[in-house]
Formats: sequence, C-alpha cells, structure tokens
Amino acid sequence: MSGTSRIESSLPTQLGRMERARIVRDGAPRLRDEHITLSHGSGGKASHALIESLILPAFANPLLDGGADAAVFTSGAGGERMALTTDSYVVSPLFFPGGDIGTLAVHGTINDLAVSGARPLALSVSLILEEGLDMAILRRVVESMARAAAVAGVPIVTGDTKVVHRGKADQLFITTSGVGVVGAGVRLDMSTVQVGDVVLLSGYVGDHGMAVMLAREALELDAEIESDSAPLHGLVAALLAAAPDTRVIKDPTRGGVASALNEIAARTHLAISIDEEHVPVRQAVRGACEILGLEPLHIANEGKLVAIVPREQAQAALHALRGHEFGADAAVIGEVIAQPEGMVLLRTGIGGSRVLDMLVGDPLPRIC
Amino acid sequence: MTMRFVDEYRTPDGIARLSAEIVRLSHGRRVKLMEVCGGHTHAIYKHGLQDLLPENVELVHGPGCPVCVIPMGRIDDAVAIARTPGVIFATYGDMMRVPSSTGSLIDAKADGADVRFIYSPLDALALARKNPDREVVFFAVGFETTAPSTAATLLRARADGLKNFSVFCNHVTIIPAIKAILDSPGMSLQGFVGPGHVSTIIGIHPFEFIPRDYGLPIVVSGFEPADILQSVVMILRQLASGRPAVENQYARVVRDGGNRRAMEMLGETMMLRPFFEWRGLGFISQSALAIRSEFAEFDAEVRFTVPNVRVTDPKACQCGEVLKGAIKPWQCKVFGTACTPETPIGSCMVSPEGACAAYYNYGRYSLMRQGAAAPLPLVPA
Repeated sequence: MSGTSRIESSLPTQLGRMERARIVRDGAPRLRDEHITLSHGSGGKASHALIESLILPAFANPLLDGGADAAVFTSGAGGERMALTTDSYVVSPLFFPGGDIGTLAVHGTINDLAVSGARPLALSVSLILEEGLDMAILRRVVESMARAAAVAGVPIVTGDTKVVHRGKADQLFITTSGVGVVGAGVRLDMSTVQVGDVVLLSGYVGDHGMAVMLAREALELDAEIESDSAPLHGLVAALLAAAPDTRVIKDPTRGGVASALNEIAARTHLAISIDEEHVPVRQAVRGACEILGLEPLHIANEGKLVAIVPREQAQAALHALRGHEFGADAAVIGEVIAQPEGMVLLRTGIGGSRVLDMLVGDPLPRIC
Repeated sequence: MTMRFVDEYRTPDGIARLSAEIVRLSHGRRVKLMEVCGGHTHAIYKHGLQDLLPENVELVHGPGCPVCVIPMGRIDDAVAIARTPGVIFATYGDMMRVPSSTGSLIDAKADGADVRFIYSPLDALALARKNPDREVVFFAVGFETTAPSTAATLLRARADGLKNFSVFCNHVTIIPAIKAILDSPGMSLQGFVGPGHVSTIIGIHPFEFIPRDYGLPIVVSGFEPADILQSVVMILRQLASGRPAVENQYARVVRDGGNRRAMEMLGETMMLRPFFEWRGLGFISQSALAIRSEFAEFDAEVRFTVPNVRVTDPKACQCGEVLKGAIKPWQCKVFGTACTPETPIGSCMVSPEGACAAYYNYGRYSLMRQGAAAPLPLVPA
C-alpha cells in the first residue's frame, strides 16, 4: 500500500465523510469511557454523550426526550401546563464575588423554569452536608438562599438535609427543584426555529465562570469580575410580552453560549451565524480569557439568556430586554441560516470566519 | 498584571490594508509558508485569517506545538509515574487528554491516580510544600518558551531544600526541528513565520542558518492577526527582493539577543540530550533538554523507574505528516471521523495549538466558503 492512498484529496469529500460520521455519532452517541471523568460534568460534548447514551435511554419518555431545561406537561382537567426541573450545585469555592452556592441554587433552578416559559411557583431544597462543616458557613448559605428566594418572589416550600462522613463530600452540596406554570399563550418550541430568525443575548458573557475561576485559582490576575447570578423569570416575561412568537430561550450556563447555540443548531438541523463583534464581553473577562487560552463563549453564565426570535419581532424583543435591569446590555448577536446543518459559525472581529463548537474537556470544573 | 486589551492589533481597516498588500506582492504566484509555532496556528484559525489571504498564499502548520510533538512512549512514562503510589502528578491541562497506549492522564485520574492540573511549575512547587508526605512530580513540556520557568523552579526547589519534588523533563528545542523539516525530502516551503515566544528567549540569531544555508526568509512574528499578516508581507518583500534574511516583526517583545538571564538558568540546570524522539519527525539529535546531574535529585527519570519504551503511533494516525506540513489536517483519513477532539487518536487533535484541533474546532467551515460574505444585517437598536 502506498503512503498516499490514505490521503484525502478533496476538502468537500472529507467534509462529507465527517458529516456522515457526525450524524452517526449524534444519532447514537457512544460512551466509550469506563469511568466518570470531570469532562462528563463540563456541560460540553462528554456531558451530552453521557446524558444521551446512558441516562435518557434508561428513563425514556416523551416529556424527557424533549431535552428542554424543564419538563412541561399538562396537569389535571383545567389543561394548565406545569413545568418541573431540578439541578444540583457543587460550586467551589462556596463564596465568590457576586454570589455564593446559595444564590446559585435559587437562581439556577428559577432560570431553568423561566427559559421553559414558566412562571416559577415554588422551590424545594436538599442539602448534603459534610461532617465538620462550620455552622456559620451553613447559616450564611441558608440566609443567602432565603434572601435570593424572597427577592425573586419564589418561596422554598419543602426540603431535606443529609450529613455524610468527613471527606465524603466537599463542605456542602445543594439540590433544588422547582415547579412553575406555563401561560396559555407561550409556545416555546425548538422545532419552530426558522432560517432568518435572529439570535439575541441578554448581556455580557462569561462573568460567572470567570469570577469563580479567579476566586478559586491563585492566578494573580488583577481583575474585578463578579458573577452575574440573577433570577431571569422577570426578563423572560418582558421578552415574551414584547415578542410573543419567540421560538426558544436557553440559559447558557455550563459550556456557555457556544453550547446553548450548538444544541439549538443540532436539534433544529439548521445553522447559526454569530458576529463576534456584537457579542458583549467585558474587557476584564476578555483579557482573562486571552491569558488563559479560553473562549468567552464557552464560559458559564448564571444570569443571561439566549433567545431565538422571528426577525420582525427582534427590535421589540431587544427593546424589552434592554428595558429590564438584567438585560440592559442585550444585543442581537447573530442569525439562523440553513447551512452547514447543525453548525454554529462565527464571523471574527477582523472579518474572517470560523466554527464555534461546543466545549470539549473541562477547563473549569465545579463552577455551579 | 494589566488587563488592557489588544484590539488595536485587530482593527478591520489595518487588516484589510495588509491583506491587499499580500495580494499585490504575491502576484498570484503560489507561495507556501510555514508558521513554526503552534500559537500562530491557533491564532490563524481563531481569527479566520485564512479567509483574508489570497488562495495562492498558503500557510502550512509546523512542528511548534509542544503537546503534539511529545511521542506516545513519553506519555506512557508519564502515566506510569502518575500511577505510582504516593505521587501527586502535576501537569498543564493540555497534556491531560493526550492518549498514551494505556489511556490518558485523565483516565489515570479517574482510575485513582492523583493528577492535578496546574498553570505554572511554581504551582507544582507549592503542592510539594503543602504535601510533605507525598512525592510531587511536575510534567515539564514545551519549547524554549517554557523551559526557563522549569529551570527557575529547579533552582528554587534546590534553594528551598525540597526533598519531595521532581521534574519529568520533556523540554524540546525548536532549531533542530526546523532543520529536520528543511532537510526532509520533498520540502517545498518558500519561507517561515518565525516563533515569537521562543525568540523572546533565544533571540533571532539562531535562525540565521535559514537564509544562509537554505536561502529562505524567516520573519519572527507576534500573535495578533495584524502581526501575522505583516510578517507575511515582510516575507513576500524578501522573496521579491531576492535577499532572504532573518527579520524581527515582533520587536515590541523580542530582543534580537534574546533573554540572557533565561538562557543562563537553562544552561545551569539542563543540558542537551544526545537525541530525542519527536512524534512524526523521529529521532532528532541534540533536540531536547535533560536535567543536569547536579540536579539529579529533582529528576523524575532518576527518581522513578519509568518503562521508557518506544511506542509507535496508531497506524491510522498521520500526525507526523501533519507536523512536517506534508499534508493538511483534513487530508488525514481519520480526521474528523475516528479522530475528533473528544476521541483523539493523535496528539495534534488534543492541544488547542495542534493543527488538527485548530482546524477541526475552527477551520473546517467558513462563512465565506458558504457564500455568506455580507455582514449580518443588524436590527437597529
């Protein structure tokens, strides 16, 4: 066999082969790993492979298979739709500029309901505590949760506590679940996304992930970055009032805006084009990303949303977002295009272009 | 550290001017230039620079990705050290996902090995101080750019009298690799975009053999899009004038004489190995650094028994051809099919500076190739 026979000669041919391989992979993601690694918690590709190939098949049902941040279902005779979601929080350190594990646990679950179009009604909280945890730390976290829930207007109505031996948990883990109601006019559905729709982002990206990372690592970066942790149900309500035909909303937490957009592109079999220049990134976050070799669009947010809106409602949507305290820096960052199917492309600041893929591996474990 | 940003090197106007100058100077002739450094490869794809070059000017990716050139056998050795009971194995994040013949360091970590990901060798030193009852081993990789910080760490470890710290040294030197590429059969390059970071240490004089012995231009370049385009312009001007030379485009950072103090620290702590295996390039003499015998107590290769076996790359993998610039990443049959960043077969698909990873993550589709050249029609605010 000659050496050149393994060399592919045309880019379109190779892209075609890659495309076929990708479709096979996406259709049946393979979980090759024999152990759980930190990558499985990154919110990127490994997380998706784990969920799609091990967890979803085990529990398969129509509500789960939608892949939304919360399950939306019809309850009782009234036909009112309910939304249910749950999330665990293992962030380290427990306290960081702009928030703590308690605010995250309240805001994160509220936001999963909110981006599903639901008005949050109530939360549950479950605490896993490590033997030896300082009572003052627990008190501080619980008070912080109470305050966040009060400000958001969503009560914590039930809960549980467990204590494990020293070393079997790291100080304190929190799980919150939330339930909400979805208004009659709300029709958020990934399948309604169309070519020509516009992509909106509600503000600066990467603040949360970078704030936690800088709080945790002795990086000696002299940057003041605060987590953007915030409850988004008010912002979503304002958006839906202004742009009632909004197609889909995501909260770009782990894996960042890039993962949220890739998920939309993959599920709709369309493509998304983003203009790098229009993505709001704080100077400090951009600088830290440059130094650490990270992509701001891969960094987690805890108080931002991405929305796909029909073009004719985009201006109203942008106006509504900017009129809200948590959307003051909102921007139109891109549009839905037809090709290449399932991909997100980015026009760079200097006028070139590139692929914007999901995160692979995990530069920042335990950020939420 | 200041966080002032670098947009001044990314203004579309300046970029467009340089881009037009490249079109003018190249006259439609085919020009093939190699960017030696992985940092350049990454920047080219991250900013979509290829879209701004005429089709006849091609940038070929070189061997300057430190993660990519470490042969698989050395990763096997690293995994063996990491699995030794009592060891804390400290490594840069990039190295964690590189496959060895028995899995990556990430797999070893999931399997119980204590592998920590760090940003600087000084973090490894801090780990050693904090864990006096454990053996801390730092996985040192990289070109002359990172070797001085390893050297400084060795000096600090000795000054502090640390007894539980050692370095698994895999530092390599760029000049012999460039020579190997220039001497490889079928070499068809017309010039080099020189490595900016390495040159801050070694200066620009070590590159003088390139114009002298091979008659080719080399321009040491910075990492911003405008830097790279300007370096291409400078190379094209040299080609037009027929007078190849070493030029320094990155003079705001690189001094022609390099960094003497850093070179002295390297000389004090490390020495050239007689030969070292490079992935894809094979054994290259005097191309890597070992720790001097005066520092043997900090040399992991002395302190630990490592398998030290040569492992051949998986058959399907063509990292070697990619590292030599002989084929483009997508021309490898497993590129993007069996070999992806999630399931890398070769090291070029792991590091963000690897040509395959950069091409897969950023380069395989272009809005321009999709025919969507006009900017997004924005909704008025």
